[in-house]
Amino acid sequence: MEVLLAVVIVVLVAWFVTAPLRDRPSAKPEDRSEAELADLEARKQAKYRQIRDAEADHTAGKLSDEDFRRLDSELRAEAIEILKGIDRLRQRRGN
Amino acid sequence: MPVEVHHYDLGVLQLTILGSALLAAALLAALYAAGAAVYGGRTGDRRFVQSSRRAVYSMAALLTGAVVILEVAFLRDDFGFELVADHSSTTTPTFYKLTAMWSSQEGSLLLWAWVLSLASTAVLFISRNRHREIVPWATAVLAGIGSFFIGLMIFKAQPFSHLDPAPAEGAGLTPLLRNPYMAVHPPMLYSGYVFWSIPFAFCVGALIARRLDASWIRTTRNFALCAWTFLGIGLLLGSRWSYEELGWGGYWGWDPVENAALMPWLLGTAFLHSVMVQEKRGMLKVWNVSLICGTFALCLLGTFLVRSGVLQSIHAFGASTVGGPLLALIAVVAIGSTVLIVSRLDGLRPERRIDSVLSRESIFLVNNLLLVGLVLVIFWGTFFPLISEFFTGEKHSLAAPWFNRYVTPIGVLLVLFTGLGPLFAWGRLSGTAAKRLLLWPAVATIATIDVLLAASDAGGRPWALFVFGFAAFALVALAGEFWRAGTTRRALTGESHAVALGKGIARNRRRYGGYVVHAGIAFVLIGIAASSSFQTNRDLRLQVGQSAKVGDYTIRYDKLTSDPTAERLAFVSHLTVTRDGKRVTNLTPARNYYPSDDPSAGPIGRYFMGESTSEVGLRTRTGGDLWTAFQPDLSVLNPDIVRGNRQLAGLPPAAQEFAILALVQHYVQNPPPANFRVILNPLVVWIWIPGGLLVLAGAAMAGWPALESRRQLEAAYRARLGRELGTASEPS
Repeated sequence: MEVLLAVVIVVLVAWFVTAPLRDRPSAKPEDRSEAELADLEARKQAKYRQIRDAEADHTAGKLSDEDFRRLDSELRAEAIEILKGIDRLRQRRGN
Repeated sequence: MPVEVHHYDLGVLQLTILGSALLAAALLAALYAAGAAVYGGRTGDRRFVQSSRRAVYSMAALLTGAVVILEVAFLRDDFGFELVADHSSTTTPTFYKLTAMWSSQEGSLLLWAWVLSLASTAVLFISRNRHREIVPWATAVLAGIGSFFIGLMIFKAQPFSHLDPAPAEGAGLTPLLRNPYMAVHPPMLYSGYVFWSIPFAFCVGALIARRLDASWIRTTRNFALCAWTFLGIGLLLGSRWSYEELGWGGYWGWDPVENAALMPWLLGTAFLHSVMVQEKRGMLKVWNVSLICGTFALCLLGTFLVRSGVLQSIHAFGASTVGGPLLALIAVVAIGSTVLIVSRLDGLRPERRIDSVLSRESIFLVNNLLLVGLVLVIFWGTFFPLISEFFTGEKHSLAAPWFNRYVTPIGVLLVLFTGLGPLFAWGRLSGTAAKRLLLWPAVATIATIDVLLAASDAGGRPWALFVFGFAAFALVALAGEFWRAGTTRRALTGESHAVALGKGIARNRRRYGGYVVHAGIAFVLIGIAASSSFQTNRDLRLQVGQSAKVGDYTIRYDKLTSDPTAERLAFVSHLTVTRDGKRVTNLTPARNYYPSDDPSAGPIGRYFMGESTSEVGLRTRTGGDLWTAFQPDLSVLNPDIVRGNRQLAGLPPAAQEFAILALVQHYVQNPPPANFRVILNPLVVWIWIPGGLLVLAGAAMAGWPALESRRQLEAAYRARLGRELGTASEPS
C-alpha cells in the first residue's frame, strides 16, 4: 500500500515538474521585456531612495551645498537614464 | 518473557517506508532541479528553467510530507521509529515531543533540508519573472545544496529507521534540552544558516552570468536580513539557555560550537553593511561577493562542527559519519567561490572611488576590516586545538581568557563605529558638519566615563569603561539622528514633531530600522561589559539554617524539599534573600536527577547516577540579576544505595520506587551541608531586554516591505485586471 502511494506521489511530481517541457519551444525569440522592466523598476526605486537619502543628509547639514549639488545631479542623471530605459522598454512592449 | 509489542507496529512500518520514499523522491527532485537549471541556463531554454523551479517546489512539498510523518510519529509515541524511541518517551511533555525531532543528528539534517527547500521555493517564486541570467544558476546551487543534505540523510543518517519489535517506552529527551530556549534555538540557528544560502546562490549565479551589478543584492536583501536575524535570535536563545540551564552562571563560554554560530553572524553583519555601499556607490564589489561566500562557508562549518566530533563541545551531537562529506562540501564551496571570484575580477571593479575619509563608505570599509579581523581571531582560537595537533602532535585549547584578551579591543572599537556610521553621509561629510554632529556624542562619552570613574571602581576595568563611554556615544548619536528626522521634516511640512518623526521614519524604514538595531547592539554590549567586568561570584557551603553574605545580600538556606515526578527526582533548596534586614526575595534553586539506562548502576543507584540538570534560582531586575545554583551532597546516600541495590534487585518496580521515595524523604529530613554558587550579575538582562528586543524590532522595521512597493503591487494588479477585462481601470 505504501509502495503504491509512493509510486503515485512520484508520478504526480513527475507530471507537475515536466509540465513546462510538454509545451513546444516557442518559435519567437523570448520576450525578456517583463523581466527587464522589473529589474529597471527595482533600480529606479533604489535610485529614488538614494536621492531622498541625499536630500535628508543635506537638510540635516551633513552634506555641504556644493557636495549635495554634485551628488544630487549625479543621482538624478542616473535616475533619468533608468526612466529612459523604462520608457524604451514600454514602447517596445506597446504599453 | 513475552516481548511487548506496540499496537501501531504495522502502520509504523508503512510510515517509515513512506517517509524514506519521500526522501528518495525529494533527492530525485533536487538532482533533477540542479540538472535542468544548468541545462536551461546554458541553452537559454526557459522550459527547463521553469521545470527546475517546479522541481524545487516539489522538493519542498515532499520534505514537508516527511517532516509531518516524523512529527506525527513523535506525537503518537510511535517507538517503531528509531528516532522517536531514542529521543522521546510517553512521559515527555507534548511541546518537547514536537521539538525533539531536531535534537538528533538525523532530525536536524531533515530540518536543514526542509527549511532550505521552503526558502528556495520562496525566493524562486518571487524572482520567477526576473534575473533570467542569474536564476538558473542560483536554482542549481540551491538544488545542489538540497540534494547534498537529503543524500546525507539517505546514506549516512536516515531519520526513518525502523525498530522491530518496537519498544514499549522511549529513552526520552536529553534532560539538558528540556528547556524552552533550547527547544526553539535549533530551528532559529538552522534558519539563519539556510537563509544565507539564498544570497550565496544568487551571488554565484551573478558571478557565473557576469551580471555583477547590485540586482542580485536587491532581490536577496530581505533573505540576508532574515538570515542575520534568525542567527541572532539563535545566539540570544542559546546564551539564555546557557545562563539558565548549565549551572555555571555564564552565557558565553567561547565554546567551539558557539563560536561557529557567531562567526557567520559577524561576517554576515559586515555583508549587510557592505552591500549598501555597492547599492549606493557601486563600490566594494569584491568585498561583497567574498563576504557572502565566506559567510555561507562558515555556516557549513558550523553545521560541520556540531556533527563531526573534531572539537569537544557541550553543544555537539558527537562524532558521526557525516563530518567527512560536510568537510568536502565546505572545500567545494570555498575553492569554487574563490576560483569564480578571481575569474570575474575584471567585472568587479568599483564604479567610483572613496572621495573622503569622512564618508559613510569609508566607515563601512573600516567596519568590514574590524569584523573580518574579529572573525579571524575567533577562527584561530576555535581551531587552535587542531592547528596545534597538526604541528606539534598535541591538542592545546585556548580558553576564555585568550579570547577575551584579543576579542575585547576589536569589540570596543565596533561599539564606537555603531555610533559613527549613522552620523556620516554618503559621499563626503563636511568638516563643519562633522564637528557639529560629533559634539554631543563626544560630550556624552566623556561625561559617562567621568561619572563612572567618580562613582564606581570602573577605573580598574578600562575596557569596560571604554564600552560604556562608546555606547553612550552611539546612543546619543542615534538619538540625534531620530531628532533630526523629525525636525527636518517638520521644517518642510509644518507637522507636529511627533507626526513629522513618525512619517520621517516611515519613509525610510531601512535606515531607521538599522539605527534601532544599532541601539540594540549598544545595549547588548553594555550588558556584556557590566556583567563580565563587575560580576560578584561566590561559592558557598551552607547547612540548613545557615546564612552567608554576598555583596549587599544575605542568603539564608531555609530548608530542603523534594519534588519527584515520573521522569526524575528533584531536590529543591529554599533560600531567603535579604538586604539591610529587609526581605528581597525567595529563591528555589534545584537539582534534577534523571534515571540512567545503565543496568550496572542498580535499581536504586540508577536514579542518582544518570544525567542531572540544574534549575537556577534567579531574580532579575533592570539593575542586575541575583543568580543561584544548588548542588546537594548525595555522597551520604552511597551506603543506602549499595544496600538497596542488593536487597531490592528482584522486587517489582513499584516496590523499588517506594524505597527510592523513602530514601529521598529521609535525606530531605536530615540533609547534609550543600554547595551553592551565588552570582551578582549587573545589567546582564540588558543583553536580552532591551538589547535583543531592539535588535529584532529594528530588523523587522528595516525588512518590512515599503509602502511604495505595496502600492505598486496594487497598481500592477489593477492594470492587469484592466488588460484582461479589455477595459481601462480607474485609479483609486
